[in-house]
Amino acid sequence: MSKIHVQTIVNRDPVEFLADPRETLLDCLRDHLGLTGSKEGCGTGDCGACSVTVDGTLISSCLMLGVEAGGKSIETIEGMAQGEDLHPLQRKFIEHAAFQCGYCTPGILVAAKNLLEKNPSPTETEVRYWLAGNLCRCTGYDKIIRAVMDAAEEMRGAA
Amino acid sequence: MAKDDLSTHLKYVGTRPDRPDGLDKVTGRARYGADIAAAGMLHAAVVRSPHAHARIIKIDTSKAEAVAGVKAVVTRADFPTGLTGEDWNLQENTMAGDKALYDGHAVAAVAATTSLLAKEAAELVEVEYEILPHVTDVDEAIKPDAPVIREGAADASVPEGMPANVVKYMEFGHGDIEAGFAEADLVMENTYKTEATHQGYIEPQACMGQLGKDGKGEMWVSTQGHWYIRKMSAAVLGLEASQLRVTPSEIGGGFGGKTTIFMEPLSLALSKKAGGRPVKIVMSRAEVLRATGPTASASMDVKIGMKKDGTLTAARAEFRMQGGAFPGAPVDMALYCAFAAYKLPNVEHIGYDVLANRPKCAAYRAPGSPMGAFAAESLLDEMCHKLGLDPLEVRKKNAVREGDKSSYGPKFGSIGLIETLDALENHPNMQAPLGPNQGRGIATGYWFNHGGETSVSMAISEDGTAQVSVGTPDIGGSRASIALMTAEALGIPYENVRVNVVETGALGVNEPTHGSRATFASGKAAVESTNQAIAEMCRRAAAEWGIAPEAVEWRDGAAHPAGPNAGDFPPMSIQEIAVKMGETGGPISGHHEGNLDGVGASFGAHAVDVEVDPETGRTTILRYLVVQDAGRAIHPAYVEGQYQGGAVQGIGWALNEEYIYDDKGRLQNPVFLDYRIPVASDLPMIDTVIVEVPNPGHPYGVRGVGETGITPPLPALANAIQNAVGVRMRDLPMSPVKVLAAIKAQNG
Repeated sequence: MSKIHVQTIVNRDPVEFLADPRETLLDCLRDHLGLTGSKEGCGTGDCGACSVTVDGTLISSCLMLGVEAGGKSIETIEGMAQGEDLHPLQRKFIEHAAFQCGYCTPGILVAAKNLLEKNPSPTETEVRYWLAGNLCRCTGYDKIIRAVMDAAEEMRGAA
Repeated sequence: MAKDDLSTHLKYVGTRPDRPDGLDKVTGRARYGADIAAAGMLHAAVVRSPHAHARIIKIDTSKAEAVAGVKAVVTRADFPTGLTGEDWNLQENTMAGDKALYDGHAVAAVAATTSLLAKEAAELVEVEYEILPHVTDVDEAIKPDAPVIREGAADASVPEGMPANVVKYMEFGHGDIEAGFAEADLVMENTYKTEATHQGYIEPQACMGQLGKDGKGEMWVSTQGHWYIRKMSAAVLGLEASQLRVTPSEIGGGFGGKTTIFMEPLSLALSKKAGGRPVKIVMSRAEVLRATGPTASASMDVKIGMKKDGTLTAARAEFRMQGGAFPGAPVDMALYCAFAAYKLPNVEHIGYDVLANRPKCAAYRAPGSPMGAFAAESLLDEMCHKLGLDPLEVRKKNAVREGDKSSYGPKFGSIGLIETLDALENHPNMQAPLGPNQGRGIATGYWFNHGGETSVSMAISEDGTAQVSVGTPDIGGSRASIALMTAEALGIPYENVRVNVVETGALGVNEPTHGSRATFASGKAAVESTNQAIAEMCRRAAAEWGIAPEAVEWRDGAAHPAGPNAGDFPPMSIQEIAVKMGETGGPISGHHEGNLDGVGASFGAHAVDVEVDPETGRTTILRYLVVQDAGRAIHPAYVEGQYQGGAVQGIGWALNEEYIYDDKGRLQNPVFLDYRIPVASDLPMIDTVIVEVPNPGHPYGVRGVGETGITPPLPALANAIQNAVGVRMRDLPMSPVKVLAAIKAQNG
């Protein structure tokens, strides 16, 4: 199948790639742009390991075609830290031991950041429901929820 | 609450520093199995049987081979013949021979220049099948007239005349079982069933293999144990294990499921056929669920005798388990664990390992223990109800202590079951008030833990920091715990120790990260290695001071003169010794190899409060408590993490997860939407108490904490549901549909 030239913005940088129309945005990020931080856990939109934002909307990048990305602004885990400065969520995830194998972590961080941008003061229940689409098999979620709540509190204090 | 003096002297062990690989894992930088690429790399796709049981009449690969960009196609014809025993099982599971034995069994594989092309070409492989009768349920598979999976698969343990699918049989016990039941005031017997569940690691299996005609190869793979991958892949392909160099990627969860091979040898076989180009294989989620090892399903008869005061007089377990189309269901472990928590003068165990048309089972966190506990701990609770006894008091009354003979034979060494039950009893959750349709359930769980083949080396760097090389992949923070123990032994800051997980060429053999062994075994070997380096640093200091090495002692990261006549020298720090080691005798290092013993078993006890909706049958968990004996928690946050994660896997097994087969033996739920593991909104916080009864067989008292936690949730939830709505669930999962049906049946 002939490829399509796609121009878009990823993590605030202009990028371009040639996509087979069957390739997902996740395939394009990983295989064409070398951004392997987003993970494939299911390929059916059930696990959230591939979570990215497209124009500020949280999506599973395995459910969007790469050719649909043209002209959008995409944020992935690789764009979360500002240079060497980690986002408060990233720091809190390390501090709270909020991951074990770390495979679901990029997707959960992207999803949690998107939540805190929309709702800086989520309740525990709101965090749990927002992250219900991000599967973690290692932690039982306890420390993830605590890390998100703690990061939210710190960010409110800083604001 | 450690019961020894050591805890008061520890500086690093027991603290909660950031894990060394934390930064990589929150930035997306960490490289997992599928994150690899190499020059000339090909991509593979696997052709899988759509039938549960079928004879393979013909495989025509010509159309696939004719596609431009396809570089290799392999079938079983490309594998060596003549393998026996488990090597044959592994080969047969890697690629079907005469028959496809389960839905999803690999029958061919294709390597091509792109992943899309490989998938297209795989669809062009034509396989002619003769469909055979199949069986997926263990109680059906053990019937004399069941379809036979494989003639002659039974080992010598199976008495003559047993049904053909029974491949292993065992019976063991002690005392006089009939006399024991005769002594009891109440004898009850029931049958319990657990369905197969999958480890459910979020990272699908992934590897990249490269193999030349000379039989030398390399592999990059997501695994719990790269020496196992090397040995098994070599056996399946008729290679010398020594000629394969295997590098572990970061691993996205394993829980036992990544201790063995599935498609890994295919990458090597395809590479060899494709002129030695590297071949990458990444499984889809459907492939993971259909064709990598879930755990076994079980059907279990349990009989217990109890006196009016709660004293156990006898117990009997007869378990039937299927672990797929190959021997290996953990029926032995299930039997060993079932009654392990209790003193039993009279006990009998009988077990059957049964073949069925399902994928070859793999280890899953405390293999067998959750099933055994579900049966034994459920029946124990039912009997407490009947006799009006407190289930916690009955457990404490019969609990094993150090020196007691275990239900499965050996005497227990130092264990902490009583301490664990006491801590559970004293936790505030046990006093929380319960409302209508709410109930509390408790249960215990057991795992042996494991030492095993271990090889570790460490070296002092010129700046006085330490590098530790281990062969146990870090699946949940073991780099941190090993660094903490090394820092403690050396007396240098945690940040000055770097722990690396190294490839098969860099160390002697290591067993996988399994059996809850990484922190125990690699940690123990790291401390032994460190002690060697310390002895050498003391020698260097002694030489400089001109005194005997015995007159030097090591503390706080420095050599000190000690004892009479040692002289009065200022301490010589590790930095001072390291910076000039090139002139004083060369590199300073240590290493330790062995089959490590001194393992300490770990008991746990859980308490769960649930509310059951009588209109839908849905169980909501209100609060959950895990209490477990860690021996000592090296990094308590990751110990808590093991407790919480294990409990939630057990919760999923108890309430939701199951393999669902249709009447053709095809798996109906090979996606996460339908194979539903617990999500964040299903759960409350998981409370933990770390009990510390130090293991005398480890320098810091470690027992191993990974596995026990998955076991108690199965019976604890069944016990809680009975206390909430009065129905006794003996068949997992306790899904809303089943609980609702039980409530309706109870209400007449």
